[in-house]
Amino acid sequence: MSTLPILDDESPAFVTEIIYRLRIKDAMTRALHTGQTTDTLRTLQLLMREHKITGVPIVEKGRLLGMISMDDVIRALDDGYIDENAGDHMSRRLIVLEDDMPLSFGISYMEKYRFGRFPVLSKEKELVGIITSRDILVALLMEFNKEAEAREAAETAVRTEGSFYREYHVRKFDFEQAGKPTGDIKVELKQLGLPSKFIRRVAVACYELEMNQVVHSAGGIISGSITPTEIEIVATDRGPGIPNLEDALTEGYSTATEWVRSLGFGAGMGLPNARRAADEFEITSSESGTRVSCRFRIPEDQDETA
Amino acid sequence: MKLREIASDLGLELLSGSLDTEISGGYTSDLLSDVMAHAEDGAALITIQAHTNTVAVASHADLPAIIVCNERPIPEDMLLAAEENRISICRTALTQFEASGKLFARL
Repeated sequence: MSTLPILDDESPAFVTEIIYRLRIKDAMTRALHTGQTTDTLRTLQLLMREHKITGVPIVEKGRLLGMISMDDVIRALDDGYIDENAGDHMSRRLIVLEDDMPLSFGISYMEKYRFGRFPVLSKEKELVGIITSRDILVALLMEFNKEAEAREAAETAVRTEGSFYREYHVRKFDFEQAGKPTGDIKVELKQLGLPSKFIRRVAVACYELEMNQVVHSAGGIISGSITPTEIEIVATDRGPGIPNLEDALTEGYSTATEWVRSLGFGAGMGLPNARRAADEFEITSSESGTRVSCRFRIPEDQDETA
Repeated sequence: MKLREIASDLGLELLSGSLDTEISGGYTSDLLSDVMAHAEDGAALITIQAHTNTVAVASHADLPAIIVCNERPIPEDMLLAAEENRISICRTALTQFEASGKLFARL
């Protein structure tokens, strides 16, 4: 019996930690499509097709009685019993997982039993989910990502008395993650009790610079630096550079693609907005990258009207 | 004004947040940079842009509510983001023109 090399002592500590920290219930699919013993195999075949799934648990009052897999359906089609009941053809000797087990069990079961999916039961033996190798893969990738981000953040955040500096990596076309730097910087500024109009100016500039990197650059870094007198947001990217800065700073001028525009971005207002929001604005660009800096003087009286 | 006061007029279906959300006006646009540049804080954003970035923009521009028109589908992650950022999301079958007109008349 071969086991995956990530399940032994040789694995890096954070990998083993993650596969033991995560539970089956963190990865499983909870939306269940189930059948009854009296359903025909054809009904279940249609259910599988409709929901793009490869196996259907057969249940009665929340209890798992058996499984019908795509293989069962194919065999039924081959041997001409597709219109017979699931109850007569389902696999009854099932390997199940419990929702509280560590994810490592899911991984080793996949290896050991070679099934495409495992039903998941609660402590009370009720069917609560189903888990596939895809579910496990997705859960692991998301958790690795979170872990790596937390490590990067720990490396790039510097907090000293009264000031704060942090860098964020921005990836091309990663619309999902975009907004994190701005969100974090806003939280910092709110904690300082700065006026909301001031915070809005910083947030707008920061978000525009972020979206610019997401939409136009090959990826880059957004940094936020907060001192008692000033905030500076710097966006540095890895290219391809802005051929004509004057055009890029003209409201309405845009080089964004159609699909980017359909998301509500690329209206040619990003850099003009950032420039308007900032007290000081600097931009330099070459083929190897663009650097934009927006500085904001922290208002002395707290009722700034921006 | 609370969202509740215009809910039946605009046929609002609350998907996240609360109908007790206070709004002080409205801003209608699908260009998110335009929203950040021009929307007054406290306004409800009337739009057909239904994705997580809309929530981020509403949050950065201090807009407490988003009204999604034309009964556009709202993705799950948008609702999650709205919950996190405490932005209320409503959906209506009205067009942006109709929704804006009705809200404007009530202000």
